[in-house]
Amino acid sequence: MASFIYDRFEYRTAPELAGAGRRRYPVVIVGAGPVGLTAALDLAQLGIDCVVLDDNDQVSDGSRAICWAKRTLEIFDRLGVGERMLAKGVTWKVGRIYHGERELYHFDLLPEGGHRMPAFINLQQYYVEHFLVARARELGARIDLRWKNRVTQVRHLGDGVRLEVETPEGPYRLECDWLIAADGARSAIRGALGHGFSGHAFEDKFLIVDVRMAADYPSDRRFWFRPRFDPAESVLIHRQPDDVFRIDFQLGRDADVGEARDPERALARVRRVVGPAADCRFEWCSVYTFKCARMPRFVDGHVIFAGDSAHLVSPFGARGGNGGIQDVDNLCWKLALILRGLAPSALLASYECERGRAADENIANARRTTAFMSPATPAERALRDAVLELAGAHPFARALVNSGRLSRPHDYAGLPGSEADAAAAPPAMHPGAACLDAPLPGGEGGWLLQRLGNRPCALVMAADEAEARALQAQAAALTTVPGLRTVTVDLSRGEPARLAGERYGAAAGTTCLIRPDQHVLARWPRWDPAAIADAWRGYIHHPAWEGNV
Amino acid sequence: MSGPDTPGLAGCADEFYELLVGAHQGLTQAQSAALNARLVLLLADRVGELATLRRCLDAARAGID
Repeated sequence: MASFIYDRFEYRTAPELAGAGRRRYPVVIVGAGPVGLTAALDLAQLGIDCVVLDDNDQVSDGSRAICWAKRTLEIFDRLGVGERMLAKGVTWKVGRIYHGERELYHFDLLPEGGHRMPAFINLQQYYVEHFLVARARELGARIDLRWKNRVTQVRHLGDGVRLEVETPEGPYRLECDWLIAADGARSAIRGALGHGFSGHAFEDKFLIVDVRMAADYPSDRRFWFRPRFDPAESVLIHRQPDDVFRIDFQLGRDADVGEARDPERALARVRRVVGPAADCRFEWCSVYTFKCARMPRFVDGHVIFAGDSAHLVSPFGARGGNGGIQDVDNLCWKLALILRGLAPSALLASYECERGRAADENIANARRTTAFMSPATPAERALRDAVLELAGAHPFARALVNSGRLSRPHDYAGLPGSEADAAAAPPAMHPGAACLDAPLPGGEGGWLLQRLGNRPCALVMAADEAEARALQAQAAALTTVPGLRTVTVDLSRGEPARLAGERYGAAAGTTCLIRPDQHVLARWPRWDPAAIADAWRGYIHHPAWEGNV
Repeated sequence: MSGPDTPGLAGCADEFYELLVGAHQGLTQAQSAALNARLVLLLADRVGELATLRRCLDAARAGID
């Protein structure tokens, strides 16, 4: 008996079926998973209407993606759902690595303070979707959620896309300027348009089991190589809300899937992990293999692929769901500018370029983790086991132990539009980097990332309050950057301004131009409005984007 | 001079491991053992300091028999 009561979303007759409706929309999103719903919220809050089509009428069946990284939580916070995710989720930041029975070492993903969001929360995908749908409803008519609406045909128009949609009441036709295909690993849109999805499939089978157990068990991520209590190659345990625990068993290549999937047997295995005393009940289980793959291009005419439809990784490292959320974080502000006529369509090449490299990074990490977890030959196993044997006593070997490299925001440094850096310090906040949070001083106070919001932003270090006011007035005249917001940090406040200064530069005048997705676009040692305008224009109209889409 | 207790692979551990495993691809077990032997000798030449090599040898041998 599952602990979560699944929502069933109400199917409604599409206006087009009733002879009404707009028939043409700025954006249609296919897939109401975390990625599609996040895109809808982001677009709605940027003032863009969208229709979301999903062939189902409920949230994810099973817990599926459960680890949500700091950057994702910051994005959710900007969209007005961070607080409820945080309140429900299990916060963690420590991972423990075992070899046999012995703890080799542990790591802390966020040892420093001064961040609003934690390193990670664990939260079942059905909760994430539930909260995202609730938020979409709060935003009213901007987001038109259509359940049990299945896309059967996709056709490129010169300036948009035409869809044939099947519903319980029959088919209808829909057109849009842009289509976001967030319809997952088996993307029907990708298939309908005949795109390849090449990659590498791994042979190892994994059993994942969710159990409910009222136990005083830690929230740390715990990973065993060659555990004593189970024949599995490795075992991973995560705590989720509602006293639900996720246990991953690496079964190897030749495991009997039917046997492994049997709930009674799965529960018996879990009891050997958590001890016989724990009162645990079966919730859900699944046996899977995984593959790493990506589309060569993420944009095809006016169809944009995001999340698992565009790229797929193994789950160790939580790079699938989190990578997909960062995809749409990168995409939506650009799409909004294009739809308003404030940027050329060519700007979408920057999405493909930046998120393409992010996908490659995620795939490389997943591949390396897999190589470490599943040695393919006796020679590889000897190397792997030597690393594990040394890691207890020798810190250098711990860097080689790989049970998953956990999701971090991709750094766009060095890519077109993020190459130039006019200020040397501090190194962390160079152009391309995802912004670090920091508490802010002063009357408004709060957190830096909350103040940055979803608009381009000039973050300026001011010597005192008078200078801060003068800068605000000058920035207000900067109309060449649409919607530019200026956030000043009054350095004369001392301690309350310290972390912002350490992270972004403690010299008065230091200015960062920040993109609406909260990545640094450019920075300077001096306040220079003309340079801000040039940098913005330089990115939006970068020659590298031309001729790519 | 970095010995076995000073992390010397920080920042490139995963790439190094991938190269190391890749170097063994397609080899028989005997060939892999030969590769490891050659690699040890090449790395020892790079270390070039007997006291450090002696400590590494002791650390490698510890617990193996």
